[in-house]
Parts: sequence; structure tokens; C-alpha cells
Amino acid sequence: MTLTTTDLLLEATGISKTYGAVVALKSASLAVRPGEVHALMGANGAGKSTLVQILTGAVHPDRGTIAVRGRQRIVQSPAEARRGGIVSVYQEPALIPDLDIRSNLRLTETPIEPFRHWLRELGLANLDLSALARRTPLASLRIIDLARALAIEPDVLMLDEMTAALPANLTERVLDVIGRQRGGGGCVIFISHRLIEIAAVCDRATVLREGETVGVVDVTPGSEERIVELMLGQIVDEMPAVPEGADRDRSRAATPRLAARELSAGTKLQDVSFDLYPGEVLGVVALEGQGQDELFDILAGSRHPSGGELLVDGTPVSFHHPADAIRAGLVYIAADRAEALLMQRSIRENIGLPFITRIRRWGLINTGEEHRLVDSAIATLRIDTRAQGEVRQLSGGNQQKVTIARWVAGGVKTMLCFDPTRGIDIRTKDQIYLLLRDLAAAGAAILLYTSELKEVQLVCDRAIVIFGGRVVAEIGGADADEPALLRAAYNLKSGAVIPELAAAEAHSEAGAAPSSEVAAGGSPDAAPAEPAEPSAETTAPEHNR
Amino acid sequence: MSGVAGASKARSPWLSAAVWRGLFRDRPMIPLLALLAMLVVASELVRPGIVGPDWIGVILRAAVPLAILAGCQTLTMLTGGIDLSVGAVASMSGFVVASLAAGTGTPTAIVIALVAAALAGLVTGIGVGVFRVHPLIMTLGMGLVVLGLANFWQLQTLMSSTGVPPELRWLGSGAFAQVLPYSLLVIVPLAAVILVGLRRTGYGRLLYAIGDNPIAARLAGARSWQILVVLYVISALLAAVAGFLLSGYTNVASVSLADSALLPSVAAAVIGGTSILGGRGGYGGTMVGALILTVITSLLSSLGYPDAVTQILFGAIIVAVAAAYARVTSQS
Repeated sequence: MTLTTTDLLLEATGISKTYGAVVALKSASLAVRPGEVHALMGANGAGKSTLVQILTGAVHPDRGTIAVRGRQRIVQSPAEARRGGIVSVYQEPALIPDLDIRSNLRLTETPIEPFRHWLRELGLANLDLSALARRTPLASLRIIDLARALAIEPDVLMLDEMTAALPANLTERVLDVIGRQRGGGGCVIFISHRLIEIAAVCDRATVLREGETVGVVDVTPGSEERIVELMLGQIVDEMPAVPEGADRDRSRAATPRLAARELSAGTKLQDVSFDLYPGEVLGVVALEGQGQDELFDILAGSRHPSGGELLVDGTPVSFHHPADAIRAGLVYIAADRAEALLMQRSIRENIGLPFITRIRRWGLINTGEEHRLVDSAIATLRIDTRAQGEVRQLSGGNQQKVTIARWVAGGVKTMLCFDPTRGIDIRTKDQIYLLLRDLAAAGAAILLYTSELKEVQLVCDRAIVIFGGRVVAEIGGADADEPALLRAAYNLKSGAVIPELAAAEAHSEAGAAPSSEVAAGGSPDAAPAEPAEPSAETTAPEHNR
Repeated sequence: MSGVAGASKARSPWLSAAVWRGLFRDRPMIPLLALLAMLVVASELVRPGIVGPDWIGVILRAAVPLAILAGCQTLTMLTGGIDLSVGAVASMSGFVVASLAAGTGTPTAIVIALVAAALAGLVTGIGVGVFRVHPLIMTLGMGLVVLGLANFWQLQTLMSSTGVPPELRWLGSGAFAQVLPYSLLVIVPLAAVILVGLRRTGYGRLLYAIGDNPIAARLAGARSWQILVVLYVISALLAAVAGFLLSGYTNVASVSLADSALLPSVAAAVIGGTSILGGRGGYGGTMVGALILTVITSLLSSLGYPDAVTQILFGAIIVAVAAAYARVTSQS
């Protein structure tokens, strides 16, 4: 931190960005030295992706400055950022599928010889450049994207979740090549959910929390703990835990309301098993894109699993349409209200929608009965009905209440909530937490995926953690504080990860899933006798039984 | 969201655009009826003395088949679809009755025509609902198929065809006291069923639901294929009824009888405030839309303008109204 501005390759200071009332970035800063591999870290919603979008010119900041090699720059578009030496590689390859590789390279004016050089380095020496991009395997496309970026020798290379879902042998090659960028003239900004990769290749890490840069850490053995601490910040614990002991020790019914047995969905979800009992709220915790979307789609009947079995009240079921799931008592509440609501229709019609979908309910509506049901649901959820006309005129919180009221009106058996409190105000959130507890107390079974880890301890009896499409941990509600959940969500075992182990894992031989494999199979004892953190329980799946 | 509320505080509330916007959005019938009244006044000004009982009878008789065909468009447009096969189905139905009535008796002929129409609607509905063919393409294709089959039938029955049966002529062109056409006996109950059906039945609500947000409807458990198959059968049956009235009105049994009514039927629904994007509109506006189009046609022909001018004005009105609705119904 004694460096002067000119020693820095890239410096962003005081970056802020708001979308309406939502503050995406409050005051973010990032300083990267030449020859450095720099990690950008932060939990979901911390502002990582907004910062990346701003640096690459896709989004314009409200305030703040970006300087490259000491000269201030205003980046207006991704193309301009590219000319200015800032190049990014994303999880999704940015190649035009109907052009061959060579034409794709020409489009971006990539010099061919350096490109071939990097391809060889990345282990893809005999790639046919005249093959169509759409015929090329996805993993190869990612490598091509990276080689293309390296070939133009950028000042700043940004890798956003580039290694996610990359096969282990290629991940190893990629990390190797990235590691060799150290000490060169450029720099790499590396974003990954896998702390093991951070430990393996990064020099320093900038940590974002709630739109602010909260710290810069030198990546050394044991610094993962520090990074996680920074991501969490001060644990705010002002809200009392809602569920009390009686609820938590509820004796389990003989058969679970919903049982998943080795559910799979392609490569996104693998062998997920869990039981959901009547009267409990089971939390699902995962970083973005770990297979939770697929899991909920399967449970809600929108998607057919590629393997495994689903049992409702002990009976195997197979859903071909959401209507099948609804008939089995599984109702789904989406995070995206635009997906669930008839925006141009009234509150009443929106709440009444599920009651008319069966053919035998296509006839005249019994308005008296409908009013009674809808009014009681409106009262239960305390929906503000002043905007009588169209649902699109309601606030986000009220809209979310309408989507829940629709199912509460008919009586809930099993409710699948996918991030139901995303983007709504704190008061409504509290009301929804209370409602979920009340529903569970009345005997409903509730599965709750949430991206806000605080919610887990408030609402859930226990939580399962999904990483890389697998259940990697089960945590009891009492122990499900943010640090424990976040460690589990990053698939970080108790205490700390020793870098030797991490490096070995990152360079593990081809075929093995790089990290989830170890965690799923490994016992907590595999970690060294580091300070006995309470989170030692996070990887004990049977802990709460 | 606050467009309407904000406008009430504006200085000259009656002139502010937001008031008009609110009026169009929440009570589309009022401006539509005002437009209709203006057109009636214009007709009277152009040809003084023309507006009288006879004129009303003529307008109503012409408007009823159009209003029924426009009903087909209203129902399908509510789901985000359209039915371009109504012209062919209506013509086919009228022609089948005319060709069979002498042999089988009119009631049997009508039943046969209705069954034929329902079959065409079933195929359309399966195409749209089950195989997910876009309604525009499916109904366009189905219209051609029905036209071809009707032509084929025409070749088979050319000898035996005896013309439109008297019952249909009575229904299509007769009138109580030469003013109120008998065809009102058909449209009044039909309109009542459609209006109540859209507002007060589960099926009607589902039409709006799948037009407003098909994903939400699906997540709420609605199986859209069931709804769509039934919808296109209903639409074809309505088209057949319109075909009966039209053949009685014109006393013509031809396989291309209702072709020229196809685009006006879409226009009437659009003018009546039904959104082609689905989820918004209703049958009340459509009926007024059909009246407006009929009065415009009569007005233009009484001015002695050629068909080309009428067509240009038709097109211009549809575009203007659709643009106006798009403006007033979009939020912000």
C-alpha cells in the first residue's frame, strides 16, 4: 500500500452504481499491480459482477474513476475496453457458433501465431481451425476463448468464473498458464468460487462486501480464513431466531413428505438426496449456479430428472407438468415475480388462478367462495390492496406476497420457495419469514433456497448445502450461522485448507472432479488439527439426526 | 403507475394526455362509443336524412356476422393467438348448408356443417396447442386446407346444390318491423355467453392468463394445450354461425363468401381494444368495433369512393388505433 499510483497497472477507485433503489456498488476500489494474479472475491450480491461489467465497459458507473497505467480512462464500451488492453473471458464462450474458429479469430483481429502458441500451452495443439464453433466441444471453446485473449497480450485479463464446469485436466492446464502470467508485464484478475484455485494461483485478493471493498489480502497459506471473514463482515445478529427449541426437536414423522433419491439432471445436478418432513423448513444453500435451479425445476415439475427418484409421502412420483407437482401438493414460489404473475390482471385473479386450472373448474366461478378464499389469503399475507387494478402497479414486496397468497389460499402441503425474498424490503421479508414458520407449525413442509445466508438461521430447522451439483453438507439450524454456511458453500472444510493440499487438489489427475469429490468423500478429520472451530460440524451430513 | 393519479392534480385535467390515457385504459368503451357517435353524425351530415330506422337495420344486418367473426379473433387474440381460418371456415359452413339443405333438410345440414367446422377447429387446436405451431401459420394453413376441401366438395355437388335455404335467408336478411334484424336473435344470446364466459368462468380467466403470461399460467398448473384445443374449436363453431348468417344475408353460397370479412374481423377486435399480444381486451369493445367498421364502410360508399380508398382508410385506421392502444396501455 506504499505504492504510488503509477506503480499500479489498473486502479479503480470509489466506484458506485445504483439501479433505482438498489445499490449494487457503494464504493468499490481495486488496485492491481503489474505481473500480478489478483483474485476478486465476494459473496452473492456483493457487487463482483457489477464491478467486472464496469471495468469492461458494459455498464457505466455513477461515480468513480478507472485508471490504467496511471492514466485515467473512461471506458464506454467493451470494444473500447479491449482496445485499451482490458480483455475478459467469461464462463460462456463468446464465439459465433455458425462461423469457423478462424473466422471467429478474424472478427476479433486475433493474431494467429500467438493464438496457436497459447493453444499449445493449454494442451489443445491439434485443434482444427476450420471447424465450426458449434461443432467444437464446450470445454474446448472456453480454452479457445482464453487463448484468444492471451494472444493479444492484454494489460488486464479478466477471468470471470472461467474454470466453472471445466473438466479437471483442463482446469489444471488453465491454472498452470495463469500462474505463469505472474511476473509478466500484464496482470490477471481472477474470479472463482473455488478458494482452492485462488490459493493455487493468486498473489492477492480484493474482497467486496455489500458493494464496498472491505479488504485486500495477500494470499498466503491460511489466508482463506481471512478472506471468508472479510466476505462475511461483522455478523449482525439483531434479529431473534424465530424457531424455538420445541419446533426444532419436533419428532420426525415416519415418512418424509418429500424425499429425493439420487436426483440428477445432466451434469448440473448429481445424486442429490434429502428428506423433507412435515412441519419443518429445510434450507438449501448454494452459491450461484451450483445446480439449485435444476433441483427446484425438477421438484416443481418443470423439468424431468435424468436420473434418480422422487417420493411424495413415500410414493414414487413422476412429474411431466407443473400441474402434476401441484396435484401432489408441491407448490413452487419463484424468485422472479415476472415469471409467476399475470401482470395485467387484478390481485384477485392472480390469487384465484390455481383454482381454475383443472378442467372441472372451467365453468362458472363461485364468486362467493372465491371472495372468501382470496380475502382470507389477502388478510393472512397483509397485502396492500389499494392498487386494485393491475398487479404490475404493486410494489415488489406486495407482488411477492401475491405469489405466495395464491398457494396459501388453498392450503399448503409442501412449499418450494426459490429465493422468495430476493429484492424486497426488510419488513416484507420479516413477514414472509414469519409466514413460513407459521405454515410449518401448521404441518406444512417447506423447502427454502435462499441467497441470503442470514435467513437460514432465522427460518430453517436445518439446511443442506449444494456445491457442484452435489449435497456436500447438512447443517443443523442452530449451527447454520453465516460463517458455517459460507464455508460449506465454498466447500471449504473446517479450519483452514493447507495450500499444499489445495495445490495438490487443483493439480489432481484428470477425471476426478477437482474439489467436490474430496469434500463429499473426505471426512472432517482429513483437515489438519487446526483451531477447533465450531464449524467442524459443517461437513458432517448426519449431524442433526 | 402514477400516471392516472398524477394527472388528476394537473392544472387542466380534462385536456391532459394522462386523463385520456387513463380513460382508454380503464374504460375503453367510452371513447369507442364516442367515436361511433361521431361517425353516425358524420353520416348524417354527408347525406342529410340518411340516418333512420332503415339505415339502422342495414347497419345492424351487416355488422352482426362481422361481430361474430370478430369474436373469434377476440378470443384467440386474448391468448396471444389469431384465427386466420375463420373466413374459409365460415364460407365452407355456409356452402355446406346450401348444398345439403335440399337433400337432408336444413337442421341436419346445419349440424353437419357445424361438425365439419368443429373438426377443422380441432385440427387447428391440436396444431397450436399440442405441436406448438404458431397460430398465425397454423390457421393460415388450415384456412387453405378448408378452402381446398370446400372447392372439392363444390365439384362433387355442383348439380345438387339448390342455393341458400329459406330459413337462413330469413335469419340473415329478415327484420322485425324492417328495423331490428332477426340475426339479433343469434348474436344477443351468443354475446351474452361470451361476455359472461370471459368474466365469470374459469375458462375465460384462463384465456386471459395464458395470453398475459404463459409461464405463470403453466406454473399455476394450467395445461395450455387443453385450453387452446377447446379455444380453436369454439372459434371455428363461431365462424360457422357467422357463415350461416352471411350466406343468408347475401343469399350467396360460395366457397369464398367470407374471405373479404377476414381482415375486418381482425380490425374490429383491434379497434375494440383487444391486444394482439394477449391478455388484454374483451368482447364488448369488439362489438362496438364491428359497428364502427360497418358505419365507416357505409359512410365511404355513400360518398362514392372506390373500394381502393375504403381499403386504404381501413388499413390506416387499424394502424392508428393499434398505435394509440400501444401508447396508452404501456406503462410509464
